[in-house]
Amino acid sequence: MTANSASVTSQNGEDSPCGPLVYRISLPVRIWHGINALCIFVLLMSGATIFNAHPRLYWGKAGANFDHAWLAAGRNGEAGFLRVGQIEFNTTGFLGHTPYSTKAIPPLLTIPNYYSLAEGRQWHFFFAWLLVVSITAFLIYSLCSKHLRNDLLPRWKEISPSRLWKEIVAHVRLRFASGHAAKGYNPLQKLAYLGVIFGLIPLAILTGITMSPNLNAAFPWLLDLFGGRQSARSIHFICSAALCLFIFIHLLMILAAGPLNEMRAIITGWFRLPQAQENRP
Amino acid sequence: MTGFSRRSMLVATGSAALAGCERITTSPTVRKVLTLGEKATLSGQRFLTDRNALAPEFAPVDISPRFRVNGNFLPRSPDFAAHLAKGFADWRLEVSGLVRRPLRLTLAELKAGPQRTQITRHDCVEGWSAIAEWTGTPLASILKMAGISDKTQYLVFHCADDFSGMPFYESIDLVDAFHPQTILAHTMNRQPLPVAHGAPVRLRVERALGYKQAKYVMRIEAVASLAGIYGGKGGYWEDHSGYQWFAGI
Repeated sequence: MTANSASVTSQNGEDSPCGPLVYRISLPVRIWHGINALCIFVLLMSGATIFNAHPRLYWGKAGANFDHAWLAAGRNGEAGFLRVGQIEFNTTGFLGHTPYSTKAIPPLLTIPNYYSLAEGRQWHFFFAWLLVVSITAFLIYSLCSKHLRNDLLPRWKEISPSRLWKEIVAHVRLRFASGHAAKGYNPLQKLAYLGVIFGLIPLAILTGITMSPNLNAAFPWLLDLFGGRQSARSIHFICSAALCLFIFIHLLMILAAGPLNEMRAIITGWFRLPQAQENRP
Repeated sequence: MTGFSRRSMLVATGSAALAGCERITTSPTVRKVLTLGEKATLSGQRFLTDRNALAPEFAPVDISPRFRVNGNFLPRSPDFAAHLAKGFADWRLEVSGLVRRPLRLTLAELKAGPQRTQITRHDCVEGWSAIAEWTGTPLASILKMAGISDKTQYLVFHCADDFSGMPFYESIDLVDAFHPQTILAHTMNRQPLPVAHGAPVRLRVERALGYKQAKYVMRIEAVASLAGIYGGKGGYWEDHSGYQWFAGI
């Protein structure tokens, strides 16, 4: 069942103080979301281990220590730093140098929670396979079940600049849709989910594949597409940073919109429509 | 609650969480399950990649101004020092194991055979890349000369260097061994291969990561199985640090 065809239960009438429960998220989407969330977390954390092996990023076909890095993390003695372009940030205690680690990304954020490139790679590639399989299954499902068309693709009027601006202002003020309008995803939500599903995750997979010297022989056009192996590595890293940003806002929105209701929806599928907030300035 | 005790509570919770994580990452069962990813990668990549598909080759302008030296930069053995002192005049490349005609080739004999020059990218498992021009003898021509038996599954490269007394070695399968770009390089950027980069010869197996590019190759052994050779996992890094034998990604 999909969001726009959501059924309103009878035990919670429209006059209920809490609003009616609607079945908003189908079982395949919930299962995929769980697997995908697990994969993304493990991939980000094991990716951090791999990044720690050489915490410098380059543009172009090749790049190593003697070449110009557009991003570098590390330490000068006991001072951690993150350098992006010409700008250097002191990150002592967070990145580069903490009381517990001298690696670019500290062990609290890596898998495994000690430095082992070999083990980090084992985790990364196992969950990369799981990610590829699960997102492929999800794409097939969302096309066949019309989840994509009915729930995720925005209507033209939803993505007009004025409508989007109104949505952004409402989100910044933490005001969310209520009643009937809350049955489906709002336009910003749709764009964010589409961006992750059709943008960031496929891009991360393709740039990951482009770093494989063996697959470079099979698909040399991928190197041309991304501008070389080191550019692909940089884009892969930017994808992971963008995914971190998405997760942060995603979790923030869940907290703001009502964590219990949102958690119930992603676990059981049932979402309680929020009542209109009246008499608010 | 004071800031200090809140902080110690955070640290305690954090340590407990970390201990839990460590229990997962060090569990033998978990590690065994994770190797399924490696097996899928090997099968998937071999299926997708034609066995003769060439690694990308580059233009002279792409050659890295400085090529980072990695791993050992000078083998410590007295034998190697003696070879180095004589300019590798007495050095012989041994080809042994499951071969009909074991070989002992001089550097001059290696250079007299068919040669291949290629400008390729070297990708370290750590993430960096460097481009260089390599000239060397195709491994396929050496293997044809030696006549490897039908039982051969892998070629093991025994090297002159070691890590803390543990000899360095690597291995590749026959798909990579007979690949046209797999060469024993004696020349790098039109100069004799520098010692830091593996003189007198190093393996170039261009569709694999850097740790497969064995330096200081002394002996090539044709074998039916990797079991029983040192740690049995096919290479020094595979045995001692758990790196994947298939280094295609």
